[in-house]
Amino acid sequence: MSALLETREGEVTGGLSVSLSGVSKSFGETSVLRGFDLKVRPGEFLAVVGRSGGGKSTLLRLASGLDRPSGGRVEIGGRPVAGLNPAVRLLFQEARLVPWQSVAQNVGIARGPGWRAAAERALADVGLDGRGGEWPSVLSGGQKQRVALARALVSRPGILLLDEPFGALDALTRIEMHRLLDGIWRARGFTTILITHDVAEAVALADRVIVLREGRIALDVEVELERPRAELADPRAAELQKRILAAV
Amino acid sequence: MSIGALTGAGARHRVDLASVGRALAPWALPIVLLIAWEIAARAGLVNARLLPAPSAVALAGWRSLLDGTLVANVLASGQRALVGLAIGGGLGFVLGLATGLWRPAETLLDSTVQMVRNVPHLALIPLVILWFGIGETAKIFLVVLGVFFPIYINTFHGVRTVDRQLVEMAEVYGLDARARLWRIVLPGALPSILVGLRYALGLMWLTLIVAETISASSGLGYMTMNAREFFQTDVVILGILVYALLGKLADAATRAVERRALAWHPAWQPSGEESR
Repeated sequence: MSALLETREGEVTGGLSVSLSGVSKSFGETSVLRGFDLKVRPGEFLAVVGRSGGGKSTLLRLASGLDRPSGGRVEIGGRPVAGLNPAVRLLFQEARLVPWQSVAQNVGIARGPGWRAAAERALADVGLDGRGGEWPSVLSGGQKQRVALARALVSRPGILLLDEPFGALDALTRIEMHRLLDGIWRARGFTTILITHDVAEAVALADRVIVLREGRIALDVEVELERPRAELADPRAAELQKRILAAV
Repeated sequence: MSIGALTGAGARHRVDLASVGRALAPWALPIVLLIAWEIAARAGLVNARLLPAPSAVALAGWRSLLDGTLVANVLASGQRALVGLAIGGGLGFVLGLATGLWRPAETLLDSTVQMVRNVPHLALIPLVILWFGIGETAKIFLVVLGVFFPIYINTFHGVRTVDRQLVEMAEVYGLDARARLWRIVLPGALPSILVGLRYALGLMWLTLIVAETISASSGLGYMTMNAREFFQTDVVILGILVYALLGKLADAATRAVERRALAWHPAWQPSGEESR
């Protein structure tokens, strides 16, 4: 596990900014976001919490370029979003590994030059050293999400978007995944937006937590706790979680 | 399972005997039936002209092997079967892919295909004879019709039921349409396509038998119909056995393809490989 915290020489670190200004998004008659503003600094770890239907997933789909806004501007690294951007990677709720491709082939799904070696390195980063030749079906749920994380990070994205990727995992595996993500994020410094239902998860990982309610930011709070954060709630974290929960 | 393995020591010996037993078990019933049939024929319990003994059938097989007629007829039938399968299966695959991937093609084609599918293709024999006479074309045309539908339907179904989430993932991760087709859609549809192929192989032989018994001057169907005219029951039974053997062979070939192409599938992986 310790190897993954080391940054190899020559690795690009750093992230891109995300900016939404006056963004609206509606699906038919229902408007999910209206006049929505959000700025995420380069390298910032933002957690978005809120009830289902509050616009969290819409926010992520707009930032990834999967969906276009009905109005307003979405910018990545200062440039307006026009479709899918290779500098932005998305981790889904489910691992979405291709069952008929080996673990390494899944990580190197885009088949860029030197993908095999890059995939093996990325797998080592997520603690799955030497498992590249196996079929995804032999992996546990947590291991599958690790492979998905390796697949997202192999191309060195400037922005990582996470759509509740740990929601289906058991509590212990979830804590392992938190440590892993925290370590890789600190080593690489990409901008991260994490969608989650789990307020404790948000406080454990993020620099800043926003609460989305009915398409508006109901709370925007900085998490000024030193890293790595202890799993057992520190009183300040517990206080913060209470504040966030009250706003949800 | 060689003799050498059987002469191994102690525990291994028992294990090997058990596995040999398992391998032989499916053959036990056919062997018992054959022996009973032979005894009944020899004892005169059944009319040997209507049901000759297995040894007589084997002898007929040996004779036709020696004079070359068996091989010639098998080759003639096999060629028709394979040509029909290649044309009908190829068409079914391409059209199934087109309708599965592209909505306008589905709107245009699918309801017509579904309508034609419900006509039993053997009911077209009189029409086929009127159109093509009784030559090779007629027989191949019938095989084409027989294998087209199972492959078409299963390709269409396979393409349509590919996991949408995987396709979306592939888009997000920058795979172009061609890479998505080769790496996501086709492998995802393959289990269903192979089911279609196995089904088509069954229909292929069925169609061919019927076509060859109606009008042919070579092939297995011709061989058995000809033998019927001369009351050579042993040759008739031989023909039926060869059909069974060819059917089994075709099925085994598809299973081998499945085992290779679907190695990723949990159903094809050795058991006991639990997640770690």
